Amino acid sequence: MIEVHKLTKVYTTPSQEIVALDNVSLSVEKGEIFGIIGLSGAGKSTLIRCINMLEKPTKGSVVIDGIDMTALQPRDLRTARQKIGMIFQHFNLLSSRTVFANVLFPLEIAGVPKKDAYKRVKELLELVGLADKAESYPSQLSGGQKQRVGIARALANSPKVLLSDEATSALDPQTTRSILDLLKDINRRFNLTILLITHDMNVIKESCDRVAVIDDSRIVELGRVIDVFSSPQTATSRSFVGNVINRELPDQLPRPPVGQIAGGVRRLLRVSFIGETAGKPLISSMIKKFDVDANILYGNIDRIKDTPFGYLTLEVSGSPDQVAESLSYLRGHGLEMEMIADA
Amino acid sequence: MLNLGADPWMTSKVMIATWETIYMVAVSTFFSYLVGLPLGVVLVATTEGHILENKGVNQVLGSIVNAVRSVPFIIFLILIIPLTRLVTGTFIGTVASIVPLTLAAIPFVARLVETSLKEIEWGLIEAALSMGANAWQVISKVLLPEAMPSLVLGVAITIINLVGYSAMAGIVGGGGLGTLAYYYGYQRYENGIMWITVILLLILVQLVQMLGDTLAAKISGRRR
Repeated sequence: MIEVHKLTKVYTTPSQEIVALDNVSLSVEKGEIFGIIGLSGAGKSTLIRCINMLEKPTKGSVVIDGIDMTALQPRDLRTARQKIGMIFQHFNLLSSRTVFANVLFPLEIAGVPKKDAYKRVKELLELVGLADKAESYPSQLSGGQKQRVGIARALANSPKVLLSDEATSALDPQTTRSILDLLKDINRRFNLTILLITHDMNVIKESCDRVAVIDDSRIVELGRVIDVFSSPQTATSRSFVGNVINRELPDQLPRPPVGQIAGGVRRLLRVSFIGETAGKPLISSMIKKFDVDANILYGNIDRIKDTPFGYLTLEVSGSPDQVAESLSYLRGHGLEMEMIADA
Repeated sequence: MLNLGADPWMTSKVMIATWETIYMVAVSTFFSYLVGLPLGVVLVATTEGHILENKGVNQVLGSIVNAVRSVPFIIFLILIIPLTRLVTGTFIGTVASIVPLTLAAIPFVARLVETSLKEIEWGLIEAALSMGANAWQVISKVLLPEAMPSLVLGVAITIINLVGYSAMAGIVGGGGLGTLAYYYGYQRYENGIMWITVILLLILVQLVQMLGDTLAAKISGRRR
């Protein structure tokens, strides 16, 4: 649905050139919620603005549903933008208009006949649960309600794609959750493709199917959210994951010596559980089967979008053969595993 | 109502002069906005990175505005007498005053409008653009409505300024309270007339400011 190909954006100031995006490529499937995470200044804001050409890319192309956005004439670009909804961190609602008239705004721009437009606004306000606020002004609404108006407004022209620019960053955690639930609901109901940027890994964890990690103007990691959580490949990703789920053994915990011990070996490993494997009693069956000792040092269970997910830091000891066999047993049952060597 | 030592002739003089001032100011306010408002919009929209970015147009218009604004009104008034004569056939009287008043107020209005429109957050413009709005839609549906309370205050400031300018025009025969004050108050040492014009101007200015404040508060209050 969205194809970003070798996108580069350079800002030229009299004194220097600033590279905001460096050869970025990604592809968002239809009906998917795709997240882009990065620290401020990493380039994610520029990236999302290059999707609907609010920023003109220096090089590269953006193709949305077969239309090359970079090649459009101004008039055609405006028509194309009507089918790309966008929501913002600071909502950007018109203070001069009521909630109703704010949602009507994009329909006015698109020249939708009044009768149809009014009907559509009513539907949308029902959808976001603000039918009773139609005649209120934005300043009379809470942050969450404002973002709901923003969402209704973005959906008015039945877009193919919804761009979300830090839409929950100005909201408290509870409101963030309700807005993400609304986005997920819309995504499922209308099979709407959503591209969101955020600096909050919780947003990725709760709502996204896939994620791209952007650091210093480049995409450093891209994959299924589950995979990035279970085995982050770069330091940036590890730090983002660490903000949400603590993977590391807390410093206060005593760390047993590993390697050769009296009567065998001891290994320290981090196991991650995903989906149905999180429900199976694999550790206890391993202990029974291979006659090893297992000691759980630290654990963490959470949920990624709708999939259960967890980490366990485990100490396994026994004869070298038994330990080796039990580890391959766990691996054979689909557990991601990582030796903690330096513990 | 107005009793100037039971002099009905003087009373009518003052009333006519008041009316002339109101008339001059009202007509020149109207014409200065007719030109100044679009000019202010263009000044904003053509700045770098804005919806109609155009460095050349912006610089040329900006320079003209600055040039007119840098000439003191009393000099400007005399400077453009040929033009005033061309347009109205005379350079004395109420109608003739409207020409210099309007021309002097246009750049003033343009800068006021520019300032009001620049206060609008870029995010609102960006949101409209993201929906596919064209430049005209951004101006008519975002910039002007969002800036309305501030624009209304600008109108009040313009009117008050024009009241002051009209008094200056009055000194060179422009009519209105300025002429009255100059002829009777200054040249004939009738202090009473002087004070009456001052009080009338004061009331006029207060009324305009109050009206502007109330209207602006009403508009933004509805949105609050």
